[in-house]
Amino acid sequence: MRTAMKRKNDLQLDRRSFLRVSSVAAGGLLVSLYFDLPAASAQGNQPAKIYPPDAFVHIRPDGKIMITVNRLEFGQGVHTALPMVLADELDADWSQVIAELAPAAEVYKDPVFGMQMVGGSGSIAHSFQQYRELGAKVRAMLVATAADRWRVTPDQCRTEASMVHGPNKQRAKYADLAIDAARKTVPEKVTLKNPSQFRIIGKAVPRIDSRSKCDGSQKFGLDLDLPGMKIAVVAHPPVFGGKVKSVNDAEARQVEGVRDVFEIPLVKGSGVAVVADKFWPAKQARDLLKIDWDLSGIELPDSAQLWTKYRELARTRGNVAVTRGDEKLIDQIAAPNRIVAEFEFPYLAHAPMEPLNATVRFDGDAAEAWVPSQFQTMDQMTIGQVLGLKPEQVTFHTEFAGGGFGRRAVIDAHVPREAAVIAKRLRGTPVTLIWTREDDVRGGYYRPMHAHRVEVGIGPDGMPAAWRHVIVGQSLVAGTPFEGMIKNGVDETAVEGTSDTSYIIPDFHVSAHHPKVNVPVLWWRSVGHTHNAFVMETLIDELATRAKMGAIAYRRKLLKPEAKKLRAALDLLEQKTLWSKRLPPQGHAFGIACHESFETAVACAVEVSIENKRPRIHQATLAVHCGMAVNPLTIESQFQGGIGFGLTQLVGQGAITLKDGRVEQRNFDGYTPPYIADVPVSVDVHIVPSTEAPTGCGEPPVPVISPAVVNALARLTGKRYRSLPLVSI
Amino acid sequence: MATYQLTVNGQRKQVNVDPSTPLLWVLREDLKMTGTKYGCGISACGACTVHLNGVATRSCVVPVSLVGDRPIVTIEGVANDPVGRVVQNAWVEKDVVQCGYCQSGQIMSAVALLKATPKPTDENIEESMGGNLCRCATYVRIREAIKNASQKIK
Amino acid sequence: MFVDRRVLLKAFLFILAVVAAGMGLTAHGPGEAGASRPPVADGLAAWADVYSVLISPRCINCHTATRYPQQGDDRHRHFANVIRGRGGRGVPGLVCLSCHQDQNADSTGVPGGPGWHLAPLSMKWQDTNDRPLSSADVCRAVTDRSKNENMDGRALLKHHEEAELVLWAWNPGRRPDGTMRTIPPLTHAQFVAATRTWVEAGTPCPTAK
Repeated sequence: MRTAMKRKNDLQLDRRSFLRVSSVAAGGLLVSLYFDLPAASAQGNQPAKIYPPDAFVHIRPDGKIMITVNRLEFGQGVHTALPMVLADELDADWSQVIAELAPAAEVYKDPVFGMQMVGGSGSIAHSFQQYRELGAKVRAMLVATAADRWRVTPDQCRTEASMVHGPNKQRAKYADLAIDAARKTVPEKVTLKNPSQFRIIGKAVPRIDSRSKCDGSQKFGLDLDLPGMKIAVVAHPPVFGGKVKSVNDAEARQVEGVRDVFEIPLVKGSGVAVVADKFWPAKQARDLLKIDWDLSGIELPDSAQLWTKYRELARTRGNVAVTRGDEKLIDQIAAPNRIVAEFEFPYLAHAPMEPLNATVRFDGDAAEAWVPSQFQTMDQMTIGQVLGLKPEQVTFHTEFAGGGFGRRAVIDAHVPREAAVIAKRLRGTPVTLIWTREDDVRGGYYRPMHAHRVEVGIGPDGMPAAWRHVIVGQSLVAGTPFEGMIKNGVDETAVEGTSDTSYIIPDFHVSAHHPKVNVPVLWWRSVGHTHNAFVMETLIDELATRAKMGAIAYRRKLLKPEAKKLRAALDLLEQKTLWSKRLPPQGHAFGIACHESFETAVACAVEVSIENKRPRIHQATLAVHCGMAVNPLTIESQFQGGIGFGLTQLVGQGAITLKDGRVEQRNFDGYTPPYIADVPVSVDVHIVPSTEAPTGCGEPPVPVISPAVVNALARLTGKRYRSLPLVSI
Repeated sequence: MATYQLTVNGQRKQVNVDPSTPLLWVLREDLKMTGTKYGCGISACGACTVHLNGVATRSCVVPVSLVGDRPIVTIEGVANDPVGRVVQNAWVEKDVVQCGYCQSGQIMSAVALLKATPKPTDENIEESMGGNLCRCATYVRIREAIKNASQKIK
Repeated sequence: MFVDRRVLLKAFLFILAVVAAGMGLTAHGPGEAGASRPPVADGLAAWADVYSVLISPRCINCHTATRYPQQGDDRHRHFANVIRGRGGRGVPGLVCLSCHQDQNADSTGVPGGPGWHLAPLSMKWQDTNDRPLSSADVCRAVTDRSKNENMDGRALLKHHEEAELVLWAWNPGRRPDGTMRTIPPLTHAQFVAATRTWVEAGTPCPTAK
């Protein structure tokens, strides 16, 4: 007990710190963790922080410009996009730009979140201004340097493609000015370009990490090779929180290449670590371990039992998230004008392609770590805590990650923690901890399972007059240092997408229950929107059908006038989709859904038929309002890919289930994400032209695809699909 | 432990490993060729795809003891093949990759398809690529890149 | 001189019968008389034994009517969208040999045998809903020489006795979780013996119900 308590306190930081919910509603991770920042930043606005350019830009003598990216590259394209932003204001020669991922350091913290991380679709949204200013400042310093040399004024100079031009045909390359420029004072204020002056921002620029990812040379966390390195795998308890009672490792130690076998504490419970020269002997040895697990007193979660409990809870009012109007009104509406709908959403694993891993070397008074991390601040701090070091004593490298989707941003940093515990014992030796795919599928930290119960009272005009909605699902932040996010007993991450709906529903009551279940849970790309958007958009579609109105027309009528982005997205969709121009072929149907999350609005139309008892998505059209489009090519990737990811919710084996405390799935043969045949053959993405501040594109695609497909299926079969995944149609 | 002579990307290599070791881990750890990836270990995802005697092979399930003298081609060597080069260039031209972790396997499978069927139909593409997982879901551009490559192959 | 002609005739017929018996029974087709040919009832009983093996998972999983193989004792569709392709060997990006080598890979849980591939559609033993066909239907398929690569009874017996992918069923290797795959309900020797009896009885098939 005491150990667990102490650990919790460690996680809550022994420094003066406090939590504040950001009111800049960027959905998802709405928290800022402040480490004694000035008051201005504590308001959640862009902090008045100085970002030293030399931590972000390095102009080399050979003309190459290295730009340091303050967040993980895990597919979203930030390794190209943020350098684009900086390079444009800098007026750099784009062909000479290279990029690296920043290590963990104060200066690389997300300006809004106040910690170094990637999440909440914030890469561009939060660092756009920051990187523009950095680029502009470096440009100003280079120009000032050239102006000095030529004894002219800066405003007599202009810049283009890594060159300063003087008023009398003088020219100087950035590379030749860089050393002197670095000595100049960094200007506090700079003038940024007018968007009409952008040369790089807004263009469809190909990714700069493409070639290396196509020829096998790109290294990911798992590809690290350090002198003297060892590999570790951990045998985890079959039920979350289990402890090792006894281990017979005699056979395991016989495997050639095995160095050590020992018990380690986990965040909850304990496991057994195997350290070997290489992965295969480590894995073989782990398979030979005979472990007696102590599961006494541990809750054994069971999906069937949980559903019974959740359905019961959904019939009672929970903690109030939103209440407006008369809660009793719905009971007065006659049954024929009422819809009662119950929805079920299972646990989901993220299953990024690169299995989880972390590499740590402990040197006694310092440590070095290499982690494909979405959460550098937490991970670095946790490694330090385990090793008895301050965070700054841990040199923390950010490696490229093979996907993440939220899985590499864990508050308890359990993977780097395991690695550090093992590294502590192998002082001086770098250890790479690898989670096998089985560890990953069975290891928890899932998108929680949810039950919804919705009662909709339909008004005489066919619009929803009253809406009573109960959501049941574990809280993501209860029991963590981010617990302060819970208001009135409601975890916003469980209700977002419903509670903040843009539809006008005068009588609207949303409440939530957050049962405690012995399954670790985590944010899964688009978080609460994953299930809330499904409920909202399938019900709205049902209402539209009942009102005999078109799917887009109904939504237009029901949306708040001030839902500008959604309206714009719907308008663009209507323009671009085939929906409005022709009827679908025999056996095909169209389905529509729209949703706003992370300040980006998406409208989606799909064309679906049924083949071999599965939905076949022939085509998808997306219309997106994400403010200014920094790189339309990456945005298109994010949306094409995001809806493919979103289809994880629909595929037949897209559920994690538990029986007697044990996860039933083992690997991709039991938990099967979408393959090529499961996603649309073609996806057209259209971006609403805008000069507004850019908003995120990582998560917004995910919530719309499942309801759009299901809305199409409903037209084909006449059935309602309220339980995911779609096991049978 | 046993000693094996392997031909990898045209070069002779000797390794001394446990016979049960999957070829994937011999490539990655003994030969330090990390372009071939570990995604699942049960041949369900294709990230580990290499060519074994010209056949697209999931190296995570083939013990090194069963390789014999069949020549191995990995992502690091596929550019030596004209079709391999065309496919890699198509992948870059179409900006296919996102996180990129699965793409070595995708490319190796696509090369095997195009060497057997230089002008694949949509159905051919979907069938041959049907067992390669991409969590970033770059599938739309994978299709486009294969068609792009197909046009460039004589 | 003093031998009875009828005795001589009887002796001659007896010798003929012994010689005929000694020549064995494999050449007999249905309806032919032979002294030690098993009765049809025995042949049908033997067929029931053979059928029990043919529809067991280790055999029937590759005798599908669909574009995919099956796997496991619950005979679910093979993962990773593996499909039949031309000649039952898969498609260029994913052939059977992409994973299945010429022997079992116990360390990784993948079964193997020389030339791993699906039985042709002509030799399907299930319907398109993955349900095993009846004993009568399977028997008809197996004995239809236009469908079974022109195998007569003797060839069928040899196939059951010696073909490597058939023998594999009794040495199916380990699953990825380390447990051994289950084998058919009869031993290989029993399977061969039952086949022999069935063949010697003239490969009788049960009548469809």
